[in-house]
Amino acid sequence: MIETIIKSDLFLLTITIGIFLLSGYLFRKTKMMLLHPVLLTAVAVIVFLKIADIEYSHYKESVAFLDFALGMSVVALGYLMYEHVERLKRATLPVIGATIAGCVVGIGLVVGIAMIFGIERDIITSIAPKSVTVPIAIAISEPRGGVVAVTSVVVFCTGVLGSICGARLLHISGVKDPMAQGFALGAASHGIGTARAIELGAVEGAMSGLAMALTGFGTAVLLPLVEKYIY
Amino acid sequence: MKGLFVILSCWLVGNCLSIVIDGYLSGNIIGMLLLFILLCSGIVNGETVRKPAKFLLGTMALFFVPFGVGLIESYEVIMDNIVAIVVATIVSTFGVIVAVGWVFQLLNRKSND
Repeated sequence: MIETIIKSDLFLLTITIGIFLLSGYLFRKTKMMLLHPVLLTAVAVIVFLKIADIEYSHYKESVAFLDFALGMSVVALGYLMYEHVERLKRATLPVIGATIAGCVVGIGLVVGIAMIFGIERDIITSIAPKSVTVPIAIAISEPRGGVVAVTSVVVFCTGVLGSICGARLLHISGVKDPMAQGFALGAASHGIGTARAIELGAVEGAMSGLAMALTGFGTAVLLPLVEKYIY
Repeated sequence: MKGLFVILSCWLVGNCLSIVIDGYLSGNIIGMLLLFILLCSGIVNGETVRKPAKFLLGTMALFFVPFGVGLIESYEVIMDNIVAIVVATIVSTFGVIVAVGWVFQLLNRKSND
């Protein structure tokens, strides 16, 4: 009987959300990046699946609801853009210029370095959208044959890296404009960078959210071309 | 409820358009653009979608946990390419932060002059 319950969709979904809430609590208490709820939950679920001897494919099917919600949250990013439309109008030129710079530099460096190392095409596709928010990165990499687990891990690590080093790096390179700082954090390290930008200030946070949505869209438009003509 | 319907409709129409353009952009990314256009043009009131949109954006981190769990099957692929992935990730993350910061600051200064 216990096995039937443990393998049920309801149990797996409930326990995933439960572990996530618990991880969120631990993260807020400790503020340690290594204890980020996503990381902690993923590791805990992996351990659980190993112990309970449940296949990943079964787990993935059971929590298909989360997958569906992830798809919806991409659409919801349209609302995020709308919320910041006034800022976009006030700083149209810098916003557009910086979005293009972010997409070109981001894709260019990843694809360039990956090609120098000579890694497989599928892996390049998996890591190319790494500066973009996870749902968009998956929407880009999955249909082109990328390995979505690799995409989500690399995107996640990028977010953590940017949020830890971003502010210092901007300071060293002489970027003092708060709008520019927020935009850079969001463009390079999406939602996790945005969480950090909100800590810096309201302007930084708003610009970071806007950057996350715009570079996500820009990368989605640019990457298929790069995939077709460059690698 | 109405907000959820609007979001799902944008996604659905996005999926149709995605087929028309041969999958160049995925349906939900087109849906994001459609929602933005509907909101800006005032066809859909911002208040209608605010609640479900905020919920989805705020809970997004939970939604990609299953992909992280996918490591269970694909960690070997990462390990095989670990050096390239780490170098590409670090260099491009720092590159994007500096490039975007500079470009934004420069253009913002110019447009304020």
